[in-house]
Amino acid sequence: MISLVKKLGAWGAVLPLLGYCAIALGLPIWAILWDGLHLTNPQNTSETTGSLTLANLTTSWHGIYLKGLETSLRLSLFTAIISALVGLFAAYAIAQSKGRYFKQAVLTASGVLANFGGIPLAFCFIATIGTGGVFLSWIQSVWPSFALDTFSGVAVVYPYFLIPLMVLTTLPALDGLREQWKEASANLGGTSWQYWRHIGGPLLFPAALGGFVLCFGSSFAAYATAKALTDGTVPLVTTQIASILSGNVIAGENDLGMALAFNTVIVCGVMMAVYLPLRKRSAKWLES
Amino acid sequence: MRSASISASHSPAAAPVGARRPKRRGLDLSRVRWWRVAVLGVLGIYFVVPLAATFWFTFYTPGTHQFSLSPYGQIFSAKGFGTSVLLTFKVAVLTIVILYALLIPAMIAVQLRLPKLKPLLESLAMVPLVLSPVALVVGVQTVLGWGTNGNPGTPLFQLAVDLQNGNFPLILPIIYVVIALPFAYRSLDAQLRSVDLKTLVEASRGLGASWPVTIWRAVLPNLRTGLLSGAILTLALVFGEYTISSILQFLPFSVWIVQDSQGATSGQLAPAVSLLSLLLSWAVLFLVSFLGGRRAAGSNRSS
Repeated sequence: MISLVKKLGAWGAVLPLLGYCAIALGLPIWAILWDGLHLTNPQNTSETTGSLTLANLTTSWHGIYLKGLETSLRLSLFTAIISALVGLFAAYAIAQSKGRYFKQAVLTASGVLANFGGIPLAFCFIATIGTGGVFLSWIQSVWPSFALDTFSGVAVVYPYFLIPLMVLTTLPALDGLREQWKEASANLGGTSWQYWRHIGGPLLFPAALGGFVLCFGSSFAAYATAKALTDGTVPLVTTQIASILSGNVIAGENDLGMALAFNTVIVCGVMMAVYLPLRKRSAKWLES
Repeated sequence: MRSASISASHSPAAAPVGARRPKRRGLDLSRVRWWRVAVLGVLGIYFVVPLAATFWFTFYTPGTHQFSLSPYGQIFSAKGFGTSVLLTFKVAVLTIVILYALLIPAMIAVQLRLPKLKPLLESLAMVPLVLSPVALVVGVQTVLGWGTNGNPGTPLFQLAVDLQNGNFPLILPIIYVVIALPFAYRSLDAQLRSVDLKTLVEASRGLGASWPVTIWRAVLPNLRTGLLSGAILTLALVFGEYTISSILQFLPFSVWIVQDSQGATSGQLAPAVSLLSLLLSWAVLFLVSFLGGRRAAGSNRSS
């Protein structure tokens, strides 16, 4: 009886948060999914408002919108692979370091930098390697075709907030690798390679892959940075949605914006479906 | 608690015994050091150079070859600076208040009584990281549209209009709470792990304190560092957020600095401000974690 009361009290503390998320997060997502599949302003008279249709989605999978989706996915994959690899090495180097101040400084910097996207980030890179930037000539001497408002330009900028994100997500796992395991492996005659192959690697793998998925999702979701850097010259889903919303495209294409948003929600859903099981596996080892 | 457990009890099946080579410890160690320096050095360049270049750009005018720190001084006198900062600050404070009012009880309850819900909470706190703010704002606009497209005078219409009131758009903190959730959750979670919450609460309750008193006097003071760093991250996030507020056509600080401030100065103002806010939030965050870490040092973590 008492335990029941306790459980009820605990639920009472959790439910407000869940309810809030259902409204502030669930409702908008539901609206996108609903509107993506329904007509809101029919083009010809045979269709009625609110009827179920795949027309919006079919449009969003053709022409420039398909290209945008494809470029977004390619950019996200590319930047996420680079950021995940570099971030993992960086996190390992940080986890190994003994200096507490250094660790603390890097951790807090990662927290701030992972948040540091959008216009300010674009400013920084424009000042550095944009047209007239301080270091543009340096970069172009090794990479002549480089320009900030191209695919490669954006790919150079994105790791700036993705690597800190990777460090943030994998550092707990790397910190959880105990020195004793390494020693135990060494005592049993294992080499460094064998330690990573059979102990460290499998333990880290879920966290690392999870971090990669987060980087991918976060890169896919980024908007303001790409907008400020390229102003639409590189077709990306997020910039396309925004330009449809702000009415730069033919009026009445609101449904199309919905369908594009629908696509990003689907991508987000796939990311979460990949990430969550991995998260669970890594937590099993590291949180004991 | 993790400090009490001996790590050997968790170790996985030992690695298969392979070649029994003597371990070359000295060489191994020096190699690790070397690449650590290389990796961190390259990353240091990548992360510092853009900031340094921006700093250079803000106080050096190439045309006249003049150095001046005037953009930093102009920030405060630019037109609209006061109102936009005040608006953003109010939005940020409200965001933090709502966020913590929801998050603190939920996380404590999950930690103490409903550990099964932890994965749910954790995944909920991940969604905003991968969900595009643009998509989210599309959804929000649609939901608001349900209200404003309805009949004027109905409560739903009134609610949608009130939420978008230009003087204080309540919709912004409501969305920002969702966006800030991952970062606040992470800071709080890290702090909760280092505190023996169960013992703390049992001791307090055993001495006769009520739940509110326990939370206020025993739990929150121990979570101080995590709460503070979560709040600072949220503050930085709200001050930097551009996508949502610009699409919803409000004028908080981040949008004002891009749109309205440019006429006033030679475009050096905006980078100066973003640089300043970045360094400031990092410095405060570091200070907080440093002060908090000093108190907690030695009390936890065995390895």
